[in-house]
Amino acid sequence: MAKTHITLTVNGEAKELLVDPRELLIHTLREQLDVTGPHIGCETSHCGACTVDIDGKSVKSCTLFSVQANGADITTIEGLGTPDELHVLQQAFREHHGLQCGYCTPGMITRAHRLLQENPNPTEEEVRFGMAGNLCRCTGYQNIVKSIMAAAAEMNAAQEAAE
Amino acid sequence: MNDMTPSREDRVANLKGLGTSRKRVEDARFTQGKGNYVDDVKLPGMLFGDFVRSPYAHARVKAINTDEAMKVPGVLAVLTAKDLEPLNLHWMPTLAGDKQMVLADGKVLFQGQEVAFVVAEDRYAAADGVEAVEVEYEELPVITDPFHALETDIVLREDLEAGADGAHGPRKHHNHIFLWEEGDEAATEQAIGEAEVVAEEMVYYHRTHPCPLETCGAVASMDKVNGKLTVWGTFQAPHVVRTVASLLSGIEEHNIRVISPDIGGGFGNKVGVYPGYVCAIVASIVTGKPVKWIEDRMENLMSTAFARDYWMKGKISATKDGKITGLHCHVTADHGAFDACADPTKFPAGFFHICTGSYDIPVAYVGVDGVYTNKAPGGVAYRCSFRVTEAAYFIERMIEVLAIELGMDAAELRAKNFIKKEQFPYTSALGWEYDSGDYHTAWDKALKSVDYEGLRKEQAERVEAFKRGETRKLLGIGLTHFTEIVGAGPVKNCDILGMGMFDSCEIRIHPTGSAIARLGTISQGQGHATTFAQILASEIGISADSITIEEGDTDTAPYGLGTYGSRSTPVAGAATAMAGRKIRAKAQMIAAYLLEVHDDDVEWDVDRFVVKGAPERFKTMAEIAYASYNQAIPGVEPGLEAVSYYDPPNMTYPFGAYICVMEIDVDTGEHEIRQFYALDDCGTRINPMVIEGQVHGGLTEALAIAMGQEIAYDEIGNVKTGTLMDFFLPTSWETPNYTTDHTETPSPHHPIGAKGVGESPNVGGVPAFSNAVHDAFRAFGLRQSHMPHDHWRIWKTAHDLGLHG
Repeated sequence: MAKTHITLTVNGEAKELLVDPRELLIHTLREQLDVTGPHIGCETSHCGACTVDIDGKSVKSCTLFSVQANGADITTIEGLGTPDELHVLQQAFREHHGLQCGYCTPGMITRAHRLLQENPNPTEEEVRFGMAGNLCRCTGYQNIVKSIMAAAAEMNAAQEAAE
Repeated sequence: MNDMTPSREDRVANLKGLGTSRKRVEDARFTQGKGNYVDDVKLPGMLFGDFVRSPYAHARVKAINTDEAMKVPGVLAVLTAKDLEPLNLHWMPTLAGDKQMVLADGKVLFQGQEVAFVVAEDRYAAADGVEAVEVEYEELPVITDPFHALETDIVLREDLEAGADGAHGPRKHHNHIFLWEEGDEAATEQAIGEAEVVAEEMVYYHRTHPCPLETCGAVASMDKVNGKLTVWGTFQAPHVVRTVASLLSGIEEHNIRVISPDIGGGFGNKVGVYPGYVCAIVASIVTGKPVKWIEDRMENLMSTAFARDYWMKGKISATKDGKITGLHCHVTADHGAFDACADPTKFPAGFFHICTGSYDIPVAYVGVDGVYTNKAPGGVAYRCSFRVTEAAYFIERMIEVLAIELGMDAAELRAKNFIKKEQFPYTSALGWEYDSGDYHTAWDKALKSVDYEGLRKEQAERVEAFKRGETRKLLGIGLTHFTEIVGAGPVKNCDILGMGMFDSCEIRIHPTGSAIARLGTISQGQGHATTFAQILASEIGISADSITIEEGDTDTAPYGLGTYGSRSTPVAGAATAMAGRKIRAKAQMIAAYLLEVHDDDVEWDVDRFVVKGAPERFKTMAEIAYASYNQAIPGVEPGLEAVSYYDPPNMTYPFGAYICVMEIDVDTGEHEIRQFYALDDCGTRINPMVIEGQVHGGLTEALAIAMGQEIAYDEIGNVKTGTLMDFFLPTSWETPNYTTDHTETPSPHHPIGAKGVGESPNVGGVPAFSNAVHDAFRAFGLRQSHMPHDHWRIWKTAHDLGLHG
C-alpha cells in the first residue's frame, strides 16, 4: 500500500512521517511516535480513552485517519504538564481520587483540559454533560467531577491573582 | 524520650498507616500518560495476531482454506486447530474442570468463537489476513434457552462421552453440566409446606459482562537462545497463568516469566485463560518472534467472560407476623458452550449458597443445574465473589416479594429477621460461618439517615396524587441489606486448578530504613501500591512513603492466587501484616541487643522499640535496619527480611445497607436517581478515600447492570449487544452522586480486622436499584419484573399494569 507523507505537530514538536492512507491516528501516535498516553478502549468513538486535542478541539483519535490530521496541531496528555510542573488537572485528579486503574485518565484529563478552555467556570451539570463522551468503569465519575471542579476553581483563582 | 523525639501523634501521622486517606502513589504515572499497559509493550520484531471468528452460534466447520490469507502481504502464518493438535493445544482445560476449544475443532458452539489465528507483521496486515481466510460452515440448530437445552435432542458437546460423569458428578442430559446441591431439601420442603405464608417467584439475573475499559490482551516472547518464555498480559492471577502455561506447553515453570503490567480494570474479565493467550504463546514459539494479541471491544463482549445468567426459582416461607421459616432455591444456570466459570474447584456454583443473606433462616436448600447453550463461555465473578451477586439479588428480591405477600413494610421485615449481633460467629443453614456483623445498628443508621418514614409518607402521597391524575411520576424506595462472602479462601476447601487459595507477601528492609514488599496479588485499579504500604507502615513503623509495593512479575513476586473476589485485602493484606510481624519480631531481638537489655525488656512504640520504663532509651526501626546489615549480632542472621504465605482460617463477611430513592416516569420509562445512600461495613478501614472510590465505582457498575446493561442474544444466537452503542456503560451524565457512610465491625480472624470492600457496592447496589423500580410499582400490583430495567422495560411494566390508561 502506497504511503502518504504527512506533517503533524505533536506536543509542540514538528513531526514528518509516512502513513498508510487507512492508518488511524491513535495507531500513528502510539506505534509510530511512541505517544502511548492515549489508549484504545472501543474503536467506535464511544469511550474516549483515545481523546486528544486537535487544533483546539477534543477529538477521538481512534476514528480519525492520520491523513485527515495532516498539518494539525495535536496535544496529548504527555503535552499538558511535565513531571516537575504538573498541570493543575493532573494534580487535582490525584488530590481528589479522580482515577483508579488509570486507563481512561489520559483521555479524561485531555478532555477536561479542553472543557475548561471552552467554559472556564462550569457548573457541576455542565461538567457532567461536557465529560459525557469519556467513559470510566472504576470511579463512578463523582471524584472526576470533583477533580475538574476543583481544578477550575484553582485555575480561576490563579487567573484572578495574575490580573 | 528526649526533646528531639517527635510526639507520638506526629510519629503516627508520619507513617500514613491504617485509617489514613493517603493519596495514591500510582497516580503520578497514570495522570501523566506513563502507565504501562499490555498494549504499550513494544518489542523489536514484534508480530500481531488476530482471530478469524465464527459468525454462527452453532455450525460444523467443513473446511478452512488459508491459501489466500497466506498471500496477503505481511501475513506470516495462519494457525488452525490442525496446527495446534500435534502440540495437544487445540483444546485447553477450563477453571471449572471442563475443556474448551482453543481453535474450532470440527464445529463452533457460539458466535464469535475462535476459528483461526492469523499472525502478521502489523495489526492491519493481520486484519487483512483474517478477511482472506475462507471457512466453510454447515449451520446447525441453535439453542439459546437453557430450559430448552435440557429437553432437546440436539447435542451441543459432541466431544463429551454420553452418560459419563462431568467434573462435578452425574450429568442427567447431554446438555447438562452438573447438579450441585447444598442444605437439607426435605426439611426445607417440610418447613415451607407447614408455613403460614409462602412466597414463590422466578428471579432472573440476566447475562452481562464486566467490560473493563481495557480489553484483554497478551504479548508472548519466546527467547529460543535462552529457552525462556516471557508473557505480558491482562492477568488477574499471573502466577496461576504461569503454572497453567507450563502444564500446557511442557516448558518448565522456571523458564516461564509471566508479567501483569498495569491493568486497565479487570472486574473478573481477566481471571480466565483465553484462546488468545494460548495462540500468542504458540505463535511466538513457532515464529521465534514476540507476538502481540489484543482483542477489540466487540471480541471482548462476544467471547471473553460473560457474567450471571442465572434463573433462580425461589420459595420463601414465614409466619404471619413475618418470621422467616425456610428458603428453597433452584437455579438453572446458563453456562454457555463450555463450562469456563471462574470458581474455586469444589464450588461449581461459586458461593451462591450465601443466598440466605443477612437473615437468620432456620432451614434452606439450594440446587443449581449447570447447562450448556450456544452462548459464549465464562461465568466470571463480575465485581463480586463467585456468584455472590446472584445470591444477594435473589434473597433481596425474595424478601421484597415476601413483604408483599405479608402486606408488611420491607424494612421492618428485614429487621425482624436479621442475624443478631450476639449470634456471631453464626453458622448459616447452608453451612457458612459468618465471622462478625452488627446488622441492626447499620440498618437503623441507614433508615434514619434517609428519613425512611418521611420517604414512605411522601411515596404514599405520590401514589394518591398519581391516582388523581396530578402527576405521572412514581417514587420508588429501593432497600437492600447484603452480606458478602469474600477472601477466598481457606486452602482446605478453596483451590484454583489445584492451587490452594493462600496469598503471600515478601518484605525486604533496606539498610537505610526504607523497604520493598512484593505480593502475589495484582492491582487493576484498587491502589495496592498505596494501601498495602499503609498496612505495612502500621506494622513495622516505616512510613508508607518509604515502602515500595510490587506485584505481577512471577520472577520476583512470591506465588499468590491473584486479585478477584475481593480477596486481596483479606488474604494478601493478612500476609502483609503477618510478614510485617515477623520483621518486627526480629527487630525486637536486634533492638534488645543494641540496648543491652533482654528481648522482653523492650516494647514496640509506633516506629521504635523502647526499653520498658525508660522511654528515653530506644532504637527506631531505621536504626535497627542499619544495625541488621552492619553489626554481627550473636544468634541473629544479618539482614532484615520476611515472607508470609497466609492461609486464611475463614472467609470474611463484609455487609452493608443501601437505600436508593428513584423517580420513575411511567410514560417514558425514564428514571432519575434522587438519592443513593450506601453504608458499608468492611471491618477495619485501611484508606477511607480508596474505600469511598471503590464504593462509587461499584455502585456505578451496579447501576449499569440493573438499569440497562446486558449481553442479549437473538434466537439464532447472534449477540445483539456487541458494541458500546448497544452495551450500556453509564456516562457522567446518567450517573448520580452517592452518599457513603460506614460502620466498623472488624473481622475477628483477620490480623488487622479488614474484610475487603471492592465488590460490596456491586453486590448490594444491583438489588437496591432493582428494588427501587419494583417498589415504585408495588402499589399497583407489581411483584417481579426482569432486569435490566431500561426505559423500554419500565415503560412496558407500567403499560402491563394498566397505568397508561
